[in-house]
Amino acid sequence: MAEAPKIPDEAETRARWGAFAWNDENQKKANEILGRYPKGREQSASIPFLDLAQRQVGAETQTQGWLPVPVIEFVARQIGVPYMRVYEVATFYTMFNMAPVGRYHVQVCGTTPCLLGGSDDVLAACKNKGLIKGRTTPDGLFTLTEVECLGACANAPMVQINDDNFEDLDYDKTSALLEALANGTPVTPGSQTGRRDSCAAGGPTNLVAMVDENHDYRGEWA
Amino acid sequence: MPIVKVDGVEVEVPAGATVLQACEIAGKEIPRFCYHERLSIAGNCRMCLVEVKPGPPKPQASCALPAADKQEIFTNSPMVKNAREGVMEFLLINHPLDCPICDQGGECDLQDQSLAYGRGQSRYDENKRAVTEKYMGPIVKTVMTRCIQCTRCIRFAEEVAGVEEIGAIGRGEDMQIVSYLEHAVTSELSGNVVDLCPVGALTSKPYAFEARPWELRKTLTIDVMDAVGTNIRLDSRGRQVLRAVPRINEDVNEEWASDKTRHAVDGLVRRRLDKPYIRKNGRLTEASWDAAFLAISQVDAGSNIAAIAGDLVDCETMYAAKALLGSLGSTLLEGRQTGMDYDTTNLAAVNFNTTIAGTEKADVILIVGSNVRWEAPLVNTRIRKAIKKGAKVFAIGPETELTYKVDWLGEDLGVLGNLPDAVTEAFAKAERPMMIVGGAGLKSLGAALALVSPLGLIKDGWNGFNVLHMAASRMGGLMLGYAQKGGIADVVAAKPKLAFFLGADEVDFAAFEGTFKIYIGHHGDKGAAAADVVLPGASYAEKSGTYVNLEGRVQRGERAVFPPGDAREDWTILRALSGMMGKTLPFDTLEELRADMATDTPALATLGLATFDWAPPALNAAASGELTGYPIKDFYLTNAICRASPTMQRCSAELVHGVDFAEAAE
Repeated sequence: MAEAPKIPDEAETRARWGAFAWNDENQKKANEILGRYPKGREQSASIPFLDLAQRQVGAETQTQGWLPVPVIEFVARQIGVPYMRVYEVATFYTMFNMAPVGRYHVQVCGTTPCLLGGSDDVLAACKNKGLIKGRTTPDGLFTLTEVECLGACANAPMVQINDDNFEDLDYDKTSALLEALANGTPVTPGSQTGRRDSCAAGGPTNLVAMVDENHDYRGEWA
Repeated sequence: MPIVKVDGVEVEVPAGATVLQACEIAGKEIPRFCYHERLSIAGNCRMCLVEVKPGPPKPQASCALPAADKQEIFTNSPMVKNAREGVMEFLLINHPLDCPICDQGGECDLQDQSLAYGRGQSRYDENKRAVTEKYMGPIVKTVMTRCIQCTRCIRFAEEVAGVEEIGAIGRGEDMQIVSYLEHAVTSELSGNVVDLCPVGALTSKPYAFEARPWELRKTLTIDVMDAVGTNIRLDSRGRQVLRAVPRINEDVNEEWASDKTRHAVDGLVRRRLDKPYIRKNGRLTEASWDAAFLAISQVDAGSNIAAIAGDLVDCETMYAAKALLGSLGSTLLEGRQTGMDYDTTNLAAVNFNTTIAGTEKADVILIVGSNVRWEAPLVNTRIRKAIKKGAKVFAIGPETELTYKVDWLGEDLGVLGNLPDAVTEAFAKAERPMMIVGGAGLKSLGAALALVSPLGLIKDGWNGFNVLHMAASRMGGLMLGYAQKGGIADVVAAKPKLAFFLGADEVDFAAFEGTFKIYIGHHGDKGAAAADVVLPGASYAEKSGTYVNLEGRVQRGERAVFPPGDAREDWTILRALSGMMGKTLPFDTLEELRADMATDTPALATLGLATFDWAPPALNAAASGELTGYPIKDFYLTNAICRASPTMQRCSAELVHGVDFAEAAE
C-alpha cells in the first residue's frame, strides 16, 4: 500500500473545503446532469458529479483538481446517498484524485506495449525534469503518476496529461512537451510525430490507392 | 415448485430458491464465505462453485444461480473439487498464516474450509499483500490483512443495521474494507459483524486474546439488557464469563444481538457485591450473613413491608419476594422503578401483541414516544425489514435517527386525539397496521387504546397494538403482580417500614426516607449505596431464571458461573431470610419454587408465548403534553451491569458523548 494516496489532514481540508458548493456555471451543468436520470435514480449521477466537482476544485486551485472529503460529502448530499457510497466510487476510479495534484497531472503509461515502445525513456525524461513518481514538483506544475494501460497502444508510448493524450513519444519529445507546458506555450495533443490518429506509422501499407480518393478495387480482384 | 437432482437425488425446492439452497435441502454441504442467508447475495467469493447441467461447461456460483426445474447439480465431481481447491488457493494467496495469534482460530470458516476443501500445500512463494489496520470503533478490532473481501460486514451495516458507514474503497488488490473515514461505526449492532466475518479480520476488541473457543464452557441463557429477551450463549472459563454471543431464535433475535448484550459481560466481574453489608453510623460495613439477617429480623415492620423489583431480575426472585411478603400479609409490590403508573388490569393492553417476528409483516406503523433503536434494537431491525417490504412509518416524539425514513408527527401527544389525514388514510388502507407505544408514550396509554378501533388495529388473526417495554423483568413482574395502581407513588404513600429492593437501582431512594432498605442485588450501584442492609445476590449469568420478554414469551436461562464471594442466588437469600423472620417459605429447591410459582401464575410454567386475553380497560382517552425526551438517555449505560463495564463506558463516551478515541494512524 506504499503508493496509496496520502489523504490530507481532515480538519484542514474541512476548514478549506467545508463550504464547497457549485458555482453558477456548474450549477447549470449539475441540473442538466441530474435531469438525465429518472427520479429515484439520482445515485446514477455519482460519477458525473464527482467529475464536475473535481474540475471545479481544479479551477479554484489552478490544478487538475482533486476531491477533498467535504466535496465528496457535498456530492453525496446533492444526490441523497450515504457518504460512504460516493466515497467508494471516488476511491475506485483512478481518474478521481484523492490527494492534491499539480496543474498538469502527467500519467505515464507503463503497460507492455508502451514499455516495449520506450516508456522507460519517457519516464527518464520526466525524471530529468525533476518529476518524481507520486509527487508534485515544488513549483506545483507537475504531478507524475505511472499508470496502467490507457488504451492508446497503437501509438505507444504515451502519456495522459489532464484531459489530453500525447502519443508517439520519445525522450526528446517528452522533454520538449514538458518544457512547453512549463512555459505556457501551446501544445498539440495526439500523436507527436504528426500522424493522424492511429494510422500505420510508416504510411499506409494496404489499400494505398484509397488514401486520397475513393478507388474501386473490385476490378483488380483475381 | 422446481424439482432438481442433486448428486443424483431428486429434491423439490421452493420457487425462487437458489442452487445453493437446493443443495442444502438435499443435505449437501456447500462451502461459502460471502453468502449469508440473512444478507443479500453478493456472489464474490466463488467458494460455492458447483457443476450444473444444463449450462455452460464450467463451474457456477451456486449462491447466485436460481434453481430451475430438471437441473442436475453435482457437488462432488472432479470439476467441483478442482474449482474449490483453486478458489481456496487464490483466497489464501493474500491471507496471512497467522492462525496461532488469531482470535478467530478454532471458529474460523476459512480454517475449517481450507482443511475440508483446500489443497494440502501452497504453491505461492511471492510476497503477500499487507493492509494497515482500520479503526471501526470500541467493539470491533480489525486485522485487515486477513480480510478476504466477502463484503458481509458492508451488507450487514447497510441492510440490517441501517448505518451505511462501512464500505470497500480502492479496487483490485488495493481494495480495503473501512468504516467511513475510519470513524467508529455508530451502530448499536456493530458487534454482529464480528460473528459475520468468516475470517479473523473483524474480531471482538474487548475479547481480544482472552480465550480459545475450545476451552470455554458454553451455557445457553437469556439476555437481560433489554426486554427483547435475546437468546444468548455465555462462554465462560473458570468463574468468569468471557463473552456473550447470540443463539439463533427466529422468533426473537434471529441471530443478532446488540452491543450491550454482547459486551456488558465484562461488567460482571467489576463492582460486585460479594459480602453482606450493614449500615452502621451512616457507613456500610461488612457483616456476616447471620448478622445481616438478624439486623433485618429486628425491624418490627409487621405487614407494612414492600418489594421493588429492578429491571434485570428473574421471575423466581420476584416470586420468592412476593411469597415472603404474602406470608407477612403484604402485597406492596412494584417493578416500575421510575414511577410509571400505566394501567395493568389487562396484560394484553401492555403487551407487544403483534410479536417481534410479526412486526416484519406490518404495512403501516405508528410509533408513539419510543426511540425503538435504543429501547429494543432488535425490534428496530424488524421494523426495517417491514419497511423494505413497503411499510410506512409515522412517529410521535422528538426527532431521532431510527435508521429508516419516518414521518414525524411532532412532539405533542395531543396529536393522538387528532391524527393528520395522511395517517388515518394510511391506516384505513392498511391490512396489517401496527401501533407501538414506547416508554415515553405510556403516559397516554388510554389515548393509544382508544385508537385501536378507529385505526382498525385488530383484525382477524392480527393484533396491531403493542407496548414496547425496556426492562427484562417487566412482563414477568406484571404477571406476578409487581404493579400498584398508582405506580411506585403508592408504595411511597404507604410508608413501608421495610422494603426489599431486588436489584432496583433507578428508584428515587430519597422518597423512602423512613424505610429500612434492604438491597438484594449483584452490583454496588445506586441501590446498594442507599441501602441499610446489602445482601449480595447473583447476576443473570449466575442463576437459572425465567424471563418473560416484551411479547410475553416465557424463556428460561441456565447458570453459567457461580456468584463471587459470599454472594448467593437471590431466591435462596429470601428463603433463608424467611426462616429468620419466622415465616419459612415452602420451597427448598429451585424446582419446588418453580412448582409453587406455577400454581400462583400458571403462565410462567410453560415456555413459549403466553396468551393474554384482549380486554383493554376503558381509560381516560384524552392525551396531551409535549414529549421532551425518551426514557433512555444513554443506550450503553442503562443498568448496573453496563455501568460497571469498561467496554460500555467506553462505548458511551465515544458513541454517545462524542469523545474521540481513534488512534492516530501509524
